[in-house]
Parts: sequence; structure tokens; C-alpha cells
Amino acid sequence: MFGLLVAQNIAFYVIAALIVFGALRVVTCKNLVHAALWLVLVLAGVAGQYILLAAEFVAVTQVLVYLGAIVVLFLFGIMLTRAKTGHDLELDNPTPAKVGAGVIGVLLLGVMGYALWDAWRGQELGDIVVQRTAEVSDSLFSTYLLPFEVISVLLLAALIGAIVLARRD
Amino acid sequence: MSEYSEFVRQYLTVAIFAAVGIGLGAGLLGLGRIFRPVRPQEQKYLVYESGVDPVGTGWSQSQIRYYIYALLFVMFDVEAVFLFPWATRLEAYSTFGLIEMLIFVVILALGLLYAWRKKVLRWV
Repeated sequence: MFGLLVAQNIAFYVIAALIVFGALRVVTCKNLVHAALWLVLVLAGVAGQYILLAAEFVAVTQVLVYLGAIVVLFLFGIMLTRAKTGHDLELDNPTPAKVGAGVIGVLLLGVMGYALWDAWRGQELGDIVVQRTAEVSDSLFSTYLLPFEVISVLLLAALIGAIVLARRD
Repeated sequence: MSEYSEFVRQYLTVAIFAAVGIGLGAGLLGLGRIFRPVRPQEQKYLVYESGVDPVGTGWSQSQIRYYIYALLFVMFDVEAVFLFPWATRLEAYSTFGLIEMLIFVVILALGLLYAWRKKVLRWV
């Protein structure tokens, strides 16, 4: 039991270090395409943390939607819209913008950290409960049946909206 | 906690598989790097495609018409995510689940039909 907790903690910190490293590379990378690829490492690390928290379905969703679709969309966006082609992909921001971004990042960290600390102050978090995908399925087909069907309408609206926006006629 | 231990152990297998896969590739490439002679020539670093010298750079702009396919892919990817929980309880919700999932898929298929009718899918 104790060994498992130690192993879980070690895995958490290793993955967290990878995420932080990847995130720093995303913002410091000069090449936009490489930044998007570093983002893959960050999102994959988050999926790994979900697995450590025994949230299997969330992890699979993270891999399929974020790694699979969102990053592909990012790369497509870069490939399609970049006006400047060629090897001179030197991206940088002026120093005031960097300082501003740093200040906002620290503020956001403070607010979110305080919110977490405030919400669970002094509470003992219980053992991790394994969330099986079958349980997600059970609630999907009972309590949340109607919202589930509404999601398909929402996706349909998004699909048609995307087609209408992408095509001029 | 033992259930959690078993769960994590299953994913440890996945992690070991991934590590062995990456290690195998990196190890073989590293071995090649150690043993092969290094005689750099400019021609060796050209992109090779059917023996024809490449024109322009690899960083060129892509055609905008790929974008609609990327958007369609995102939508149907999200749809695929919802198929997984259904698949885990396929027997438990046999006919009821099938009908519910059919409604879900058919509503989204209307979007594909729309795209097809709008001639988005045709490569002009």
C-alpha cells in the first residue's frame, strides 16, 4: 500500500516535470509548428495524470480529442494561414508583452492555487476510486440520456456552422 | 485500493510497452550513429523523392480546402468519443442502447449528408 503511494507520487512528479518542460518549450519555441508539437507532450502528460487518478474515460477523451483533433486543427491552421513561408520562422514578442504574460501567468497561478486551497482546506481526500468507463456509460444511458442526444444536435449545428463559415456560397 | 493497484498495473504494462518501443527505435538509431562513418556532403542532406531534386521548401503553405476536412474530422472525433462508453456496455443496453446510439449517429450523419449535398466533399 505504502509502496504504491510512493510509486504514484514519483510518477506524478515525473509526468508533472515533463508537462512543465513541454509547456515552457511551447512558449519559448521560435518555430510555430514545433510549438504545436511540444503542446502534444503537454496534453499527453495531462492524459497520463488522468490515468494516475484512475479516470480512464477522461484520459481517452483527452488523447482522442485534444491530441488527435485539436492539435491537428492547430497544425492545419498554421499550415494554411502562415503568410510568411520559408525557413525564417523566428517568432518573438517584445519584452513588455513577455513581462505582461509572465505577470498574468503568476496571477492566474495564485488565483487558482488559492481557490483549490480554499475549497479543500483541512479536508482529507479519500482513496482514489477507479472510475470505470462502464460507469460513465451507465449514467450516459440513464440520467443524462437526453443531454447525450442533445449533444448530437449541438455537434450537428457546429458541423453545419463550420461548413457555412468555411464556404462563401 | 487494491482495485486501483490493479488498474495502475494494467497501465504500467502500456507504459512499459511504449518505453520498449521508443527505446528500441532510439537504441537502434544510436547504434547506427556509433558504428557508421561520418562523411558529410551537401547532397546527402537533400530531401529524397524519387531521385528528383526538390523545388522550394518543405514549409510552404497548404491548400485552404484541407481545412474543411480537418473541421469534419474534429466533429466525428468527438462523436467517436461517445461510442466508447456505449461499447463497454453493449450487452447490458442491447436494443435500447442500439436505438439511442443510432439516433445519435443518424443526427450527426445528417451533417455529413449536408456536407455532401453542399459538395464540400468533392475534390475540385
